Amino acid sequence: MNTANTDIATGNYVEFHEDEPLVQGNLSFHEITELVSYHTEKKTPPAWWGAFGVASTLLLVLVVMVAYMTWNGVGVWGLNNPVGWGFAIVNFVFWVGIGHAGTLISAILFLFRQQWRTAINRSAEAMTLFAVMCALLFPTIHVGRVWFIYWSLPYPNQMAMWPQFKSPLVWDAFAVSVYFMVSAMFWYVGLVPDLATLRDRATKKLRQKVFGLMAMGWTGANRHWRNYEKSYLLLAALATPLVLSVHSVVSFDFAVSIVPGWHSTIFPPYFVSGAIFSGFAMVLTLMIVARTVFGLQNIITVNHLEKMNLIILVTGSIVGFAYITEFFISWYSGVPYEQYAASNRAFGPYAWAYWIMMSCNVVFPQFFWFKRLRRSIPFMFVIAILVNVGMWFERFVIVVISLHRDYLPSAWDYYTPTLVDILTLVGSFGLFFTFFLLFLRFFPMVALSEVKAVLPQSNPHFYDHSGDGQVVDHDLAVNGGEIN
Amino acid sequence: MLKQLISDIKASMSIYDSREDESYGLLAEFADPGALYHAAHGVRKSGYRRYDTYSPFPVHGMDKAMGMGNSKVGYFTLAGGIFGFVLAYWLQWWTGLVDYPINASGKPFFSIEPSVPILFELTMLFAAFATVSGMFYLNGLPRLYNPLFYSKDFRRVTDDAFFILISSSDSKFDAKKTASFLTELGAVSIEEIHDHGSADGL
Repeated sequence: MNTANTDIATGNYVEFHEDEPLVQGNLSFHEITELVSYHTEKKTPPAWWGAFGVASTLLLVLVVMVAYMTWNGVGVWGLNNPVGWGFAIVNFVFWVGIGHAGTLISAILFLFRQQWRTAINRSAEAMTLFAVMCALLFPTIHVGRVWFIYWSLPYPNQMAMWPQFKSPLVWDAFAVSVYFMVSAMFWYVGLVPDLATLRDRATKKLRQKVFGLMAMGWTGANRHWRNYEKSYLLLAALATPLVLSVHSVVSFDFAVSIVPGWHSTIFPPYFVSGAIFSGFAMVLTLMIVARTVFGLQNIITVNHLEKMNLIILVTGSIVGFAYITEFFISWYSGVPYEQYAASNRAFGPYAWAYWIMMSCNVVFPQFFWFKRLRRSIPFMFVIAILVNVGMWFERFVIVVISLHRDYLPSAWDYYTPTLVDILTLVGSFGLFFTFFLLFLRFFPMVALSEVKAVLPQSNPHFYDHSGDGQVVDHDLAVNGGEIN
Repeated sequence: MLKQLISDIKASMSIYDSREDESYGLLAEFADPGALYHAAHGVRKSGYRRYDTYSPFPVHGMDKAMGMGNSKVGYFTLAGGIFGFVLAYWLQWWTGLVDYPINASGKPFFSIEPSVPILFELTMLFAAFATVSGMFYLNGLPRLYNPLFYSKDFRRVTDDAFFILISSSDSKFDAKKTASFLTELGAVSIEEIHDHGSADGL
């Protein structure tokens, strides 16, 4: 180990590679607790009420639209032959995709030991939960007779019928609901030590009891941490293949059919990378706002945002590659229907949607090749919004353009959404943001125990070299914070 | 014999028996994770077995310092996964082939290939359920009453404080000797914890 910038043998000055610390501003354990818990304990700020007012109004719009649709039937949407899957399925795939980033951050980056994930994993996981809730809503209302949705689940019934397990739609019901439950468990397990922090800080009796119940009596005992860490690792190992499977199963809804433009083996990997792409754009959108509003710039640093931008760049390029591959394969297949479906996407009546998708998903993220742009917060905010728009249109392109002109030209038609369709989509954002704002208000939005554990002073051997730990020797941070 | 076994299992969950005189143990605070780590090693070396360390985050290498082996959560995960797999296999086979055989485009009533997604999903679901519930079981949680909650200082354990508790049920425990031993190890403060029982019965 080297602790100085002078080479002992030669006496020359040596430039050590020094990683920027994950948490900036030299925060202590206590300062991190304060910084994050404070926002759940202070008086509710008017800005929160303003945002919550808007979000819950939109939620009300959703409730009214769903009630209206339930009463009148799915005819109030723009659905007709040949486009039987319109906005509802587009929105479903969009929201499931958003969810994927949370699991990627909490599970896959955990397995790859990417410690920067600790700053954003809590809120990204919360985002996953709420996005999957929005996603579950759409197939539920899309069945038309909402009150029979439980028929999609296997249970012994008086009709002596069972679900058809060879159907991708049944796989989908299983995949998305299993994903929701596992994400919820993962999120809660991660939350327990931080709920205990809030319990121990609480001054009011009711708050103590509520957080006391939720924290289950957590004390931070090492005999508990041992099992806890193992279970966290195992959950991450389970959630990793699960998250890859969910969007693969969603893509089977399309790929297993024979509609030109859908019947394709590229769909599972293409859907999964698109999901991660859109999910990271959503995390980025939320985090840029949250870190500024809550003053967490030292915990969610520009370095974190830059790393997310790199993931957006990589997955965006994979998605772009998939678009081009689809084109090539449809030409190479020699099947006229496939060839027509491909050219109809780019040059047909919905070409506008296709080119929105192409520009937002393939062209704009390429700006992140430039370091200055991917570290510029206003710029990345704009790109993140554009990617969200682009990914919604990707699902629109896949669902609507493929359906509106298939094998039989006499059945071709142009799909137009109704006002109910549009308001339901807008309302689903209300559902998402209502829950997200409640989460920000009542729960620690940064995983306290995990952030503390990646600080250099959390390592017991840190103190072997820097005395009692009261004075932090800056030179110790060389070589990536490795002290040993 | 059985009483001893239950007491040992509870000790592995960091739940210790209190003595007749309500003494639960000695709680010593240490300055930082490094001091805690070395002190835990010292406590272990001098023969104490019923003790635990408390920290706001898992301290790297503490399991080794305390001489603890691998966590047993994995067995729960495995059992849950096997259960989920068997359930999914049986569900699809029995409903498809036995109870409700229905001809869909001449496909076999039951075959492995279309069953894979649900085999996978239910395996994962039950493995995850078993992992979480197994973890809480092995930790003896939920445990809403804990004598440690009587200590005001202990509230900082989820913030930035580091503690060792030596239970008074340890055979080597002696209030005076253990206290001076903890001071030798570098404890910043020592507090005796009493188990008064829970006021509201939780």
